[in-house]
Amino acid sequence: MNTPHGAFQQAFAEALFDPSQAIHPTVRALAAQPAFAVYRNTVMRACIDALQANFPTVAQLVDEEWFRAAAALYVAADVPRDGRLLHYGGGFPDFLRGFEPAAELVYLPGVAQLDILWREAHAATDAPAADAVWVAQHTPEQIAGLALAPHPAARWAWFDAQPVFSIWERNRRQGDLGEELNWRGEGALLTRPHDTVNWHEITRAGCAFLDACAGGSSLADAAEHALAADPEADISAVFASLLRTGAFTGTSASSAINERAP
Amino acid sequence: MSRTLAAGVGLKPEHYEAALGARAEGLWFEVHPENYMVAGGPRIGWLEAIRSRHPVSLHGVSLSLAGEAEPDAAHLERLAELVRRIQPALISEHLAWSTWNGQYFPDLLPFQRTTAALHRIASNIARTQDALGTEIAIENPSHYLHIDGHEWDEIDFLAELSRRTDCKLLLDINNVYVSSRNLGFSAADWIDRFPQALVGEIHLAGHTADPTLGNALLIDSHDAPIAPEVWQLYQRFIERAGARPTLIERDGNVPAFEELIAEQECAAAELQRASQEATA
Repeated sequence: MNTPHGAFQQAFAEALFDPSQAIHPTVRALAAQPAFAVYRNTVMRACIDALQANFPTVAQLVDEEWFRAAAALYVAADVPRDGRLLHYGGGFPDFLRGFEPAAELVYLPGVAQLDILWREAHAATDAPAADAVWVAQHTPEQIAGLALAPHPAARWAWFDAQPVFSIWERNRRQGDLGEELNWRGEGALLTRPHDTVNWHEITRAGCAFLDACAGGSSLADAAEHALAADPEADISAVFASLLRTGAFTGTSASSAINERAP
Repeated sequence: MSRTLAAGVGLKPEHYEAALGARAEGLWFEVHPENYMVAGGPRIGWLEAIRSRHPVSLHGVSLSLAGEAEPDAAHLERLAELVRRIQPALISEHLAWSTWNGQYFPDLLPFQRTTAALHRIASNIARTQDALGTEIAIENPSHYLHIDGHEWDEIDFLAELSRRTDCKLLLDINNVYVSSRNLGFSAADWIDRFPQALVGEIHLAGHTADPTLGNALLIDSHDAPIAPEVWQLYQRFIERAGARPTLIERDGNVPAFEELIAEQECAAAELQRASQEATA
């Protein structure tokens, strides 16, 4: 937008992060006033505060000064896209992955990702979860043919090499941080069947099962997918535990039965 | 508006439970709609619960009405959805910009009050009111910088926006005080000139002195109790204008709910006095 005001906004926005480089004459004069720092500080502080609120577990794992310094670098590289600061920081896990001072904290990007998943689960659409009662209304044949959708608030992730879920979970519940960690891959499942976000450890087969369901597979196909991920998996136990945690929605059940039941 | 709005309080998540149970006459709550633009979950659930007991006002911070671009269509739709869901008693935004080129800068940024800006902002306000199906109020922001190139006085600019769009004005008295100190004008004269008939809402908040420049630079920080000078300007305005819905804003150093209610009660008492004088 090549209008005078567009040029002013562009120059002002750039000066918020680098006032010394302002060449727009009006903005250069503004950036030279000591009070220009009020805008710079307010924008930066609001963004960093938002990251600290959105990544509480990351913030807890490092000291606050470290977190805010890292966050300031992230803000300069990736400012918010809209006014919903609740959603700010989608690129923060990747930023941490490439952030040299965090190189030794190999689990930190995964922890950041779980903080994002928690926020997503917290703010997702409300829906009733399918439960054992719901399942009991169907024959095993019907169930195998159903395409059961993950609940809108269900989020899951598999971490190959590190106990990211254990680290995240202990810090979230302020649990025993001294307890020894079993250094292995882990999966995490977050659900919110009602008001509270719950979290559970999940197997690789469970993640594969949910991935397939999210892609629209029938439960029979999802089971095959899960077995491909882990041939040893006990699929009925995997399904039962997903169901118990509220990972599926039960809303489309009746229409699905009508369409798919033999 | 089914009930008369007297003094209200900015709603903070740590006060949800206390707010739900509060029973003061004429009490209402204000939130930033951006914080409730979610698909579901307990956050919007709390707001709906509070709305079932109290009037709620939506006070936007990111429509960027003074920007070159039109308000973002997706953002406007999310706001319209929240308006349908919450049925707010009041809706307001700022005479400022905060988004540019797909980026959001969380502050209320200044601009040159030119006639071109007036056309643009009037069009943005009209577009917003059309999308929401209701009027909004526009707030005077805090000023920190001496800006060359203004063609309009701020009060005339706001009054003209209202004349063109039928929007109301939100008079933030702390912003007037902070700006008057930073730019060097008389806050009392400014308040006396403000077109009282257009005022649909008043904001009161605390400010702080800049950590390095001290009292030479006041910051609209919303993290302290309302200053005595701001209370005096408030009395001065409502003595002339009569009672208007008045909000106690606090965003930082958030105290116990009771402490905010104590300020709310002061404002409510002033409003009652103003109403009694008007009918006497």
